Amino acid sequence: MLNFIIRRVAVAIPTLIILLVASFWLMQTAPGGPFTSERPLPAQVLANIEAKYGLDQPVYKQLWDYVVGIVTQFDFGPSYKYKDRSVNDIIAQGFPVTLTYGIISFLVAIIVGGALGVSAAIRQNSWLDYFAVGVTIGAQVLPNFVMAPILILVFTLWLGWLPGGGWNGGQWQHIIMPVIALSTSYMASIARLTRSSMLEVLRSNFIRTARAKGLPDNVIIWRHALKPSLLPVISYLGPAFVGMVTGSFIIDFVFGTGGIGYFYVNAAFNRDYSVMMGLTILLGSMTILFNMVVDILYAWIDPKIRL
Amino acid sequence: MNDRLVQPFQQPKTREIAERIAEDVKGRSLWADARRRFVANRAAMVSVVVLTLVVLFSLFGQFLSEYDIETPDWDVLGNVAAAGKPSIANGHYFGYDEYARDLYNRVIQGSRISLAVGVIGALVAVIVGTIYGATAGFIGGRVDSIMMRLVDIFMSIPYMFVLILLLVVAGRSITMIFVGIGLTAWLDMSRIVRGQTLSIKNREFVEAAIAIGVPTWRIIIRHIVPNLLGVVVVYATLLVPQMILTESFISFLGLGVQEPFTSWGALLSEGTKTMNYGMLWQLAFPLFFFVVTIFCFFFIGDGLRDALDPKDR
Repeated sequence: MLNFIIRRVAVAIPTLIILLVASFWLMQTAPGGPFTSERPLPAQVLANIEAKYGLDQPVYKQLWDYVVGIVTQFDFGPSYKYKDRSVNDIIAQGFPVTLTYGIISFLVAIIVGGALGVSAAIRQNSWLDYFAVGVTIGAQVLPNFVMAPILILVFTLWLGWLPGGGWNGGQWQHIIMPVIALSTSYMASIARLTRSSMLEVLRSNFIRTARAKGLPDNVIIWRHALKPSLLPVISYLGPAFVGMVTGSFIIDFVFGTGGIGYFYVNAAFNRDYSVMMGLTILLGSMTILFNMVVDILYAWIDPKIRL
Repeated sequence: MNDRLVQPFQQPKTREIAERIAEDVKGRSLWADARRRFVANRAAMVSVVVLTLVVLFSLFGQFLSEYDIETPDWDVLGNVAAAGKPSIANGHYFGYDEYARDLYNRVIQGSRISLAVGVIGALVAVIVGTIYGATAGFIGGRVDSIMMRLVDIFMSIPYMFVLILLLVVAGRSITMIFVGIGLTAWLDMSRIVRGQTLSIKNREFVEAAIAIGVPTWRIIIRHIVPNLLGVVVVYATLLVPQMILTESFISFLGLGVQEPFTSWGALLSEGTKTMNYGMLWQLAFPLFFFVVTIFCFFFIGDGLRDALDPKDR
């Protein structure tokens, strides 16, 4: 087990370093510095300002200072476009929003998807099973950027039940559609995974033994079949997490929820390099670490993986 | 072939029977077998037909229309919601978009770019991933573990961020999308191919090739890769919709294809903005083509998997 953890960490660390160096290097090669403008500053003034912000240092020194700033003070530096806003302010403003609908979506995807998959497998070839299979096939062509406009069209424009956007301090009406849009395709994938693994488990020997000794069906399912059939879902949590982080760009873009994706996409349009880099490194390292934890968790639960 | 086999048995009767048997049980190759199974799969066959129609539409559809993708109709501009509805009579089959341009031609243009991104992206993934994976798997040992560790590392980088960074720094263009998608698409492929290679490389025919001194690269190209083809074809078909989805994602945010060109993602994004004004057709037509195409690729991929890899069922 320890061996596996070490091996997994040995992948995560270079990944983090590559992410850091790659995004820093991309920002460095981007045309135009933070203080270049249409009316150029006198060279001496520019040099003074750059010295103040450490931009006259060699690149590796800048990178080092940046990393030290993040690690020791959680300081992602200033924005290059908005003078009254640092990357930290943006994180503080957008992160709670993204986290709120992200966590709810994550839970919805796991719980609804798992329940759908398990019940479809228990009643294989019933209408419930066909419904579940239909949903999983349909959801493949309904990624979040297709779901979101359709939801607005139906629930806001036609039925008028829900507000078409905004956040409003996280009122429940404003959370419903982002959660549905974000979670549907992952819910479907989880349902497909649990269905097929549950079918496999139900055919295995130890379930037959349990049947043979006369256990009632619900005990077999709850006590014996459920746990092993939910295992593959754990390995899917990593990709689902990544998908939801990137999916939040779409959610914030369509619903105007003002989460971190809104700032990221805006920064991409404004070429606000420091914000982009800060958010990339924050969200990127979060996904890398999450994936690592999930992998280790999976190996801990299922020893076959450690090999 | 048959004659030579039959020759030793010169008795007229046995020969006759042998000929008849040879006729009846004409050997079926793996591929003929797979084709038979694929053709029997109704969903996959329908998908092939529909997909062919979509491709033909994107290639030749423009000849049915007298308009182009960028000229606005000044009479309609400003009043598109009321005057820009789809109509067969005036030749704007799909109506106008919000800048009073002909939507029919824009959908054709968008389909072209989206399909091209999907197919070319998958192609790059296939070529690079196959060669990389086959090499790593066949050579094995330390080279293999270094090569695959590298893939592990690249795979755990959340590539959507890197793709967006790349597009912002290097300028938003379709070329950069190709580069960015191509950079990451081959990773999965190389893993799958490596796994398959490991199972092939200890077979007798590879041993025979090693024994008579065929160079390594030649064994990989001539003996390993052709035997991987089934898996590669299946996975490549499933990769195409993924590529299309990625490109659409980027273009939906406005970071991908730039005006006057467009893609399904960009068209959907525009449609989302104008559906408030009742211009539903601007969302409906791109959505239709998008959904239909993705569906087709999934069904074809599934059909190919069932056909080429029967033990997977």
